[in-house]
Amino acid sequence: MSSLTVTDEQVSAAPGKVIQPAWVRVMHWVNALAMILMILSGWQIYNASPLFGFSFPREYTLGGWLGGGLLWHFAAMWLLMINGLAYLIMGFATGRFRKKLFPITPSGVLHDVRAALTFKLGHDDLTVYNYVQRLLYAGIIVVGVLIVLTGLGMWKPVQLHWLVTLFGDYPTARYIHFFCMAAICAFLVVHVLLALLVPKSLRAMIIGR
Amino acid sequence: MAKRSFLIPGVDKRLLIKDSIKTMPDVTRRRFIAGGASLGALTLLTGCDVIDSSSAEEMLKQVSKFNDAVQAFIFNPDALAPTFPESAITKPFPFNAYYDLDDAPDVAGADWKLEVRGLVDNKKSWTLDELYKLPEVTQITRHICVEGWSAIGSWTGTPLRDFLKLIGADTRAKYVWFQCADKDGYNSPLDMRSALHPQTQMTFKYANEILPRAYGFPMKIRVPTKLGFKNPKYVVSMEVTNDYKGGYWEDQGYNSFSGS
Repeated sequence: MSSLTVTDEQVSAAPGKVIQPAWVRVMHWVNALAMILMILSGWQIYNASPLFGFSFPREYTLGGWLGGGLLWHFAAMWLLMINGLAYLIMGFATGRFRKKLFPITPSGVLHDVRAALTFKLGHDDLTVYNYVQRLLYAGIIVVGVLIVLTGLGMWKPVQLHWLVTLFGDYPTARYIHFFCMAAICAFLVVHVLLALLVPKSLRAMIIGR
Repeated sequence: MAKRSFLIPGVDKRLLIKDSIKTMPDVTRRRFIAGGASLGALTLLTGCDVIDSSSAEEMLKQVSKFNDAVQAFIFNPDALAPTFPESAITKPFPFNAYYDLDDAPDVAGADWKLEVRGLVDNKKSWTLDELYKLPEVTQITRHICVEGWSAIGSWTGTPLRDFLKLIGADTRAKYVWFQCADKDGYNSPLDMRSALHPQTQMTFKYANEILPRAYGFPMKIRVPTKLGFKNPKYVVSMEVTNDYKGGYWEDQGYNSFSGS
């Protein structure tokens, strides 16, 4: 069964039920802002010495030039780091990760991917994530941790040389940092698209229910 | 992201930007115009309809200072930069400057003298021959550019801290300020703690050969714990000082500490 819009029936069916607790909503939107700031300033930094044969359009970069991009990047990183750490702590402490993201089984993922591609994936109960959601949400948390760790290593390659070594060397950390950004951007596209297709999920992330 | 109109009724967008650019110092103005296209992105993100770029800049500068304080608190300033085997050296090691190699300073070694100024006991100038006689060490480290690229090279020379001791520098002073022969007068301040770092070097050789013109002949300051722009080439003088005298890139907005 597929439901793409919110009907009155569904709303009244679960009147007081909180789908997304306040801390999740606050951290989600803080993270959204931090991510956008990090990505746009990151593109500015990338453009100073592109890893591949392309640059990001100037209109979508932040800071005006490399120096400005770096200032934005090293300011927004606090927002991303503190919010991200708080989210990880809360996610583990409240059991949210365990309850909502696990288990992730290959057969479950396969089944739900097939259902999603044939538009048969239901979204009736927003409190339960399907296997595709679980995989993507858990995956993007791992990517988030990776991008922060490679970022820290590139920011302080002398002080945190062990972190750089963990990823191979400095240029490798730079590539991993880039691909994590690409993964986040791809996630963002799918995530926003699906939120628009299932507007009640967007509403739940704003007002909680 | 779609383009949005930031028009305020009765205000001409172009004139407004023109007016605000006039209030900027020269260097910033050049940068700002060059980077004007991203103004839209900045406005979009700050959510302000009127661009108050000076207050955004001020905020970012404050965070940058805060970052300096946090780093100073949590990191060990004497931590050593990783060293590498000779096989790891990047070949060819890139030439990098804000000008072409043809425009790089062509210093005549025989006439060149390192001028020493400021809070030091012995202000005598040093010829290359005199400097070449100082004890040398070689280190193979990674040069990391603020732009993100990096390359491993082999640098040989005298630890700066030994030279500072030799000339009787007041090591309680805050900075060693280097001036260079580059066009437009490159200069850069180095905080004393980094100047005294065991790997900070007055470099006279690259890959065991006299420093070629491309890498800063006759003398480069190699600071493997700092980004590349804090590693001045074609050095002509050093001044031990308590005053922050700014630097070529630092004045344009790169963080002055820029330690790795």
